[in-house]
Amino acid sequence: MKRSGFYLLVGIVIFYCLAPLIWQFITSLKPDYELTMIPPVLPKNPTTDHYISVFKGHPFLRIILNSTVVATSTTLLSLAIGSLAAFGLAKLRIGYKTLILGFILSVSMFPPIATVSPLYIIIRGLGLRDTWWALIITYTTFSLPLSIWILVNFFREIPDEIYRAARIDGCTKFQAFYRIMLPLSAPGIFTTAILVFIFSWNEFLFALTFTSTTASRTIPVGIALFPGLHEVPWGDIAAASVVVTIPLIVLVFAFQRRIIEGLTAGAVKG
Amino acid sequence: MKEIESGNRFVVPALLLLSLVTVYPLIYVFYLSLQRRLLIFDISRFVGLDNYIFLLRDDRFWNAMKNTAYFTVVSVSLELLFGLSIALLLNRQFRFRGLVRAIVLIPWAIPTVVSARMWEWIYNTDFGILNYLLGTEINWLGSPSWAMNAAIFMDVWKTTPFVAILLTAGLQIIPRDLYQAAMIDGAGSWAVFRKITLPLLKPVILVVLIFRTLDAFRVFDAVYVLTGGGPANTTETLSIYAYKVLFQTLQFGYGSTLSVIVFLCTGGISLFYVKLLSRGMK
Repeated sequence: MKRSGFYLLVGIVIFYCLAPLIWQFITSLKPDYELTMIPPVLPKNPTTDHYISVFKGHPFLRIILNSTVVATSTTLLSLAIGSLAAFGLAKLRIGYKTLILGFILSVSMFPPIATVSPLYIIIRGLGLRDTWWALIITYTTFSLPLSIWILVNFFREIPDEIYRAARIDGCTKFQAFYRIMLPLSAPGIFTTAILVFIFSWNEFLFALTFTSTTASRTIPVGIALFPGLHEVPWGDIAAASVVVTIPLIVLVFAFQRRIIEGLTAGAVKG
Repeated sequence: MKEIESGNRFVVPALLLLSLVTVYPLIYVFYLSLQRRLLIFDISRFVGLDNYIFLLRDDRFWNAMKNTAYFTVVSVSLELLFGLSIALLLNRQFRFRGLVRAIVLIPWAIPTVVSARMWEWIYNTDFGILNYLLGTEINWLGSPSWAMNAAIFMDVWKTTPFVAILLTAGLQIIPRDLYQAAMIDGAGSWAVFRKITLPLLKPVILVVLIFRTLDAFRVFDAVYVLTGGGPANTTETLSIYAYKVLFQTLQFGYGSTLSVIVFLCTGGISLFYVKLLSRGMK
């Protein structure tokens, strides 16, 4: 293939991936009357009105707070519980280990819709409806297979001798885990954290079902149910979309290597 | 060293949580599916297999099944095709490869809901850029013949990166000298692709297919936000139908029956692929 032809193809891929986002960004800068102008081209009088209106008119800050709390708590909990299990599965003797690993893998294939009705009844029964906890507990559980799967791979790569040395030096099993093994698997922990965070930041079905007010509504629900009195407020939706997408774009550019590593950990090696 | 020390206690929290939040609800949903349960009136009555018998004669269910199958087959095929093309491109050495890879990841990273609303605006009949660029006046999301394809295209845009990234990783574990040997033997690039790349990539392709097929079969967000299942239920997938029965008409019994069906189908799909994969390994 010729060099120029190759770069043309790369250019097409970049365009394919970015064009919808760029168009959304352009839309967010257009005053309302320009949104309905034909031809739909670049804004003649760019404005930040939509950004101001998103933050002023709607409880958007609260929704961002909800998503931040839910995604951060989920990440921490999933890492804590997942790393314990992954360490045990990678380094210690556990009865029915293959069965447990198979069970964890099969849980990752559960369709969320299959458990949403009983979970709704349980959560309502516990009085957790429309709270952060409803989402944190659900997300933590559904992200556990991913966390455990990635972390088992990382723990396996740490030589057994290191763990044994820690035990001989007088560490308990748990101390050996969090003083020695955990710091050594920091890259794995980090990779897992990013993926779990993105999963909980983006999840929609459970969020739509378990939340009912802005007390706990997360960003995807807020954007899906964006309030409009008569017509759809395209400019505001575009502005809100841009705001909530920025953290993800930052994550992708900062940690693309880790993300790719995490995504491929289970699929290619396993 | 064989692992001599017991680690049972380390897995207890994870197994406890997984049992309480996934296994128990799964048993519960089977139980619910045998009931007539209307949440608002506090009605709950055991009806045996009545819901399943009703399901067999429910046209809307079969319609949703057909839509889901169509969505799954078409979107996964296109994703594999586009994903493989992008992977072959990204597998070459070039400047800014890291940057391009990060850009490719962006559609994967943004929330599905956000991408659905983005495309909703692109597809807009009167003011959308798509109709302007094509010089058409198609009601993409409002016409029964276009809506599903429009939803599929959005999903393909969103999930091709995932496929491309996994396949790129798969390509990179193919030994370079194999290619060099083939080149020396005078094999053309198409022959190299068919005889070396494709066979060696097969296990990774199968794994990607498992992930994507299961994900596409339970599709909810993408289509629900874009079309809500309309027009005239032409984009109503199984998950959307189940969601509507559960949370819009509040029939928890029949809705759970639909959920059970989705579960059984995904179970069947997984088994099928696992069989295929284990046969490929031998």
